[in-house]
Amino acid sequence: MKHRGSEIICRLLERQGVEVVAGIPGGSNLPLYDALHDSALRHILARHEQGAGFIAQGMARVTGRPGVCLATSGPGATNLLTAIADAKLDSVPLVAITGQVPLPMIGTDAFQEVDTYGLTLPITKHNFLVRSAGELLEVIPLAFTLAASGRPGPVVVDVPKDVQMASVEVGDWPEPGRAAVPAPCDGAVLDEMAERIRRAERPVIYLGGGVAQAGAGGLARDLAHRMQAPVVCTLMGLGAVPCDDPLCLGMLGMHGARHTNLLMDEADLLVVVGARFDDRATGRAAEFCRHADILHIDIDASEIDKIKKSRVSLAGDAGLALEGLLARVAPAARPAWAARLAELRAADPAPAAGNDPLLPQNLIRLIGEASTPDTVVATDVGQHQMWTAQGYPFRRPRRLLTSGGLGTMGFGLPAAIGAALARPDLPVVCVSGDGSILMNLQELATLAELDLNVKVVVMNNAHLGLVRQQQELFYNRRYFASSFQARPDFAAIARGFGLRGVDLGACADPAAAFAEALAAPGPCVINAPVHETENVLPMVPPGAANREMIGGLSHAN
Amino acid sequence: MQTESTARPAGTVLELLVNNHPGVMAHITGLFARRAFNLEGILCGPVGGDHSRMWLLVNDDGKLEQIVKQLAKLHDVFSVGECPGADVTLFDRLEAALHPGKCGVKTGRGA
Repeated sequence: MKHRGSEIICRLLERQGVEVVAGIPGGSNLPLYDALHDSALRHILARHEQGAGFIAQGMARVTGRPGVCLATSGPGATNLLTAIADAKLDSVPLVAITGQVPLPMIGTDAFQEVDTYGLTLPITKHNFLVRSAGELLEVIPLAFTLAASGRPGPVVVDVPKDVQMASVEVGDWPEPGRAAVPAPCDGAVLDEMAERIRRAERPVIYLGGGVAQAGAGGLARDLAHRMQAPVVCTLMGLGAVPCDDPLCLGMLGMHGARHTNLLMDEADLLVVVGARFDDRATGRAAEFCRHADILHIDIDASEIDKIKKSRVSLAGDAGLALEGLLARVAPAARPAWAARLAELRAADPAPAAGNDPLLPQNLIRLIGEASTPDTVVATDVGQHQMWTAQGYPFRRPRRLLTSGGLGTMGFGLPAAIGAALARPDLPVVCVSGDGSILMNLQELATLAELDLNVKVVVMNNAHLGLVRQQQELFYNRRYFASSFQARPDFAAIARGFGLRGVDLGACADPAAAFAEALAAPGPCVINAPVHETENVLPMVPPGAANREMIGGLSHAN
Repeated sequence: MQTESTARPAGTVLELLVNNHPGVMAHITGLFARRAFNLEGILCGPVGGDHSRMWLLVNDDGKLEQIVKQLAKLHDVFSVGECPGADVTLFDRLEAALHPGKCGVKTGRGA
C-alpha cells in the first residue's frame, strides 16, 4: 500500500510507542501536521520551538525514553538549536523532526531555508537529511536507536517538504528502533578494580548522570555500603542515591559542601561511575583528588582519560559494571575513614538559616517539606538552581530536571510541562528565577491550555543573581548589567495567561501562603521576592582547586 | 583546521572506512575543528559499496587517543585506527602538486 512520507513518519512514531509530540507548525512541515490530524499521536502546541524542544526533553528526562519535537524549516529549526545542544551536553535522548524546503529548492536561499543539517551537526549525536520518502523507513527507527543507545543524545531528522508529500509503496513496516543491548563487562578489568577497592583505605564513589540513565542507583548504593565509602554526586547524578543515606555527601564541586570537597581531597581511591569530570565538578582538574587512584566506568569510551588519567577503566554499562563489582567486592568496615568523615562533617554544620521564608535556602526547604519522594523538580539556571541542588532532598533518580551541561536559562518551565505530560500522576515544581523565567515565559500559555499540575516558583531577587555574585566576588563589586530596573509583577502576569498567581511579598504569612499554593491542585505561579544579595556558598572560584572554597563556614553563623 | 604549506611536522596517518554520502566529510572535519584537533592533510576516495576510505594526517601528540575515540563515535565511521604502514610521502607529493597552484584560477577574494 502506498503512503505519503508524512504518514510514514506518524505511523513510525506510533510504532515506536510515542504518545506525545511537542512542536509548532509552519510552511515546511505542514504536510506532517496534516498527517498528524489522522494520527493517534497527541500534539502539544508550544509557543516557541525552544519550548517544544524542552517539553520533549522534560518527557525524556523523567521517563528515560526519547522525547520527540517538531519544527518547521528556517527559524523553526534555529529556535530548536538550544534545546538540542542542551540535550547533547546532558545526554538526553531526543528526536527532533524538522521540515525543510523542497529538495529542488535546497541551496537557493528559499524562504525559511536554513542549513539545518549543517547547523545541527556539531550538537547532535547524529543527524539526517532525508532525500526520499522510502528512506524514512530506515531513518526514523534508526534515529530512535541512536538517540537511546549507549550514551543517549539528540538526533535530528530534517525532512524536505516534497519528501513529506511523496508517496511510496510500503510493504512490511520496519521494527521500532530500540536501544542497543549493552555489551557484558570484561571480568578481568572488574577483578582488577575489585582488588584496588579492597586495598583502598580512603575510597570515595563519584556518581554522575550515567548512573541514573542506567537505572543503577540502587547498585551504586549497595556498593557504597559494601565498601563503606562515601558517595558524591554531580548535579546530573543527584537522586541516584537518596540524600538521606548516611553515606551520601550530596553534590561535589563548585557549590558542593565544604566537607564533601575536603574529604575528596584526602581520598586515596575514586570510583567514578557515569561521570565525565566536568569542570564544575572537578575545579582545577590537575588538583582534583590529587592523592587518589581513579577507577573510571563510563558507557562512552571517549570520556575515559579525557580529563583525568584513570588507573583502571571500563567502557561499559554502569549497571552491569556495578553488578560485576558487587559480585567481587567483600564488605569492609574502614572505621578510620568513617571517623574522618564524621570529623569533617562535624566541623561543617548545616547553615543556620532561621525561619525567614524569603531566605532562598528556606524556600527550598519549604518546597522539600511539601514534596513526596516522587515529586519532580525542574529548575532553571542560576542561584536558585544551585540552592535547589544543595538543599532539596532528592531521593530518587529522574526527579531533578536541570540543565547541567549547557546551563540554559529558560529550561525549567517547558521541561516541567513535559514532565507533567509524561507523568500526570506526579506533582511537578519548577524552581525558577526572575531572570530565567522570562526566557521562555510564553510557555505559560501552553501550561494554561493544558491545565497541568505544575507549580512555578519564581525566586525573585531582581537580579541575574549568579552574575551579580561573581561580580561581587571576582570583579571587585563592579556590578554591571546584572540588576533589573523594571520589575514585572509575575503574579499578575500569571493571571494574564489565565493561571493562578500568588505573590508571597503581598502575603501576611508568606510561609503559610507558600505551603497553601504548593498544595492546591492545578497550575500556579508563585512569586517569591527573596533577599537580593544572598550568595550561593560555598563557592570554588572558577579555575581554582576544589579545596579552595569561599564561604561555607562563615554562613553557619 | 590548520594547513602548513611548507615544513610538514612529523605526523601519523589515521585510516578510516566511512559511509560515502554527502555530509560525512563535514562530520569529520567539523569534529577536528570543534575539538581543537589539528588536521594536516586529507586523502579520500570511494572504495565501492557506498564506502569511502580516508587517510587523515594528524599530529602524533597527546590528543591522538582522544581523536581516535571521538572519530569512532561518529555513526558514519565504520572503522578508524592508526595506520603505521601508510605511505606518508603521498601527502608530500600532494603538497608538491598543490604548491604553487598550477591552474592560475582567478575567481575569489584572493585572486
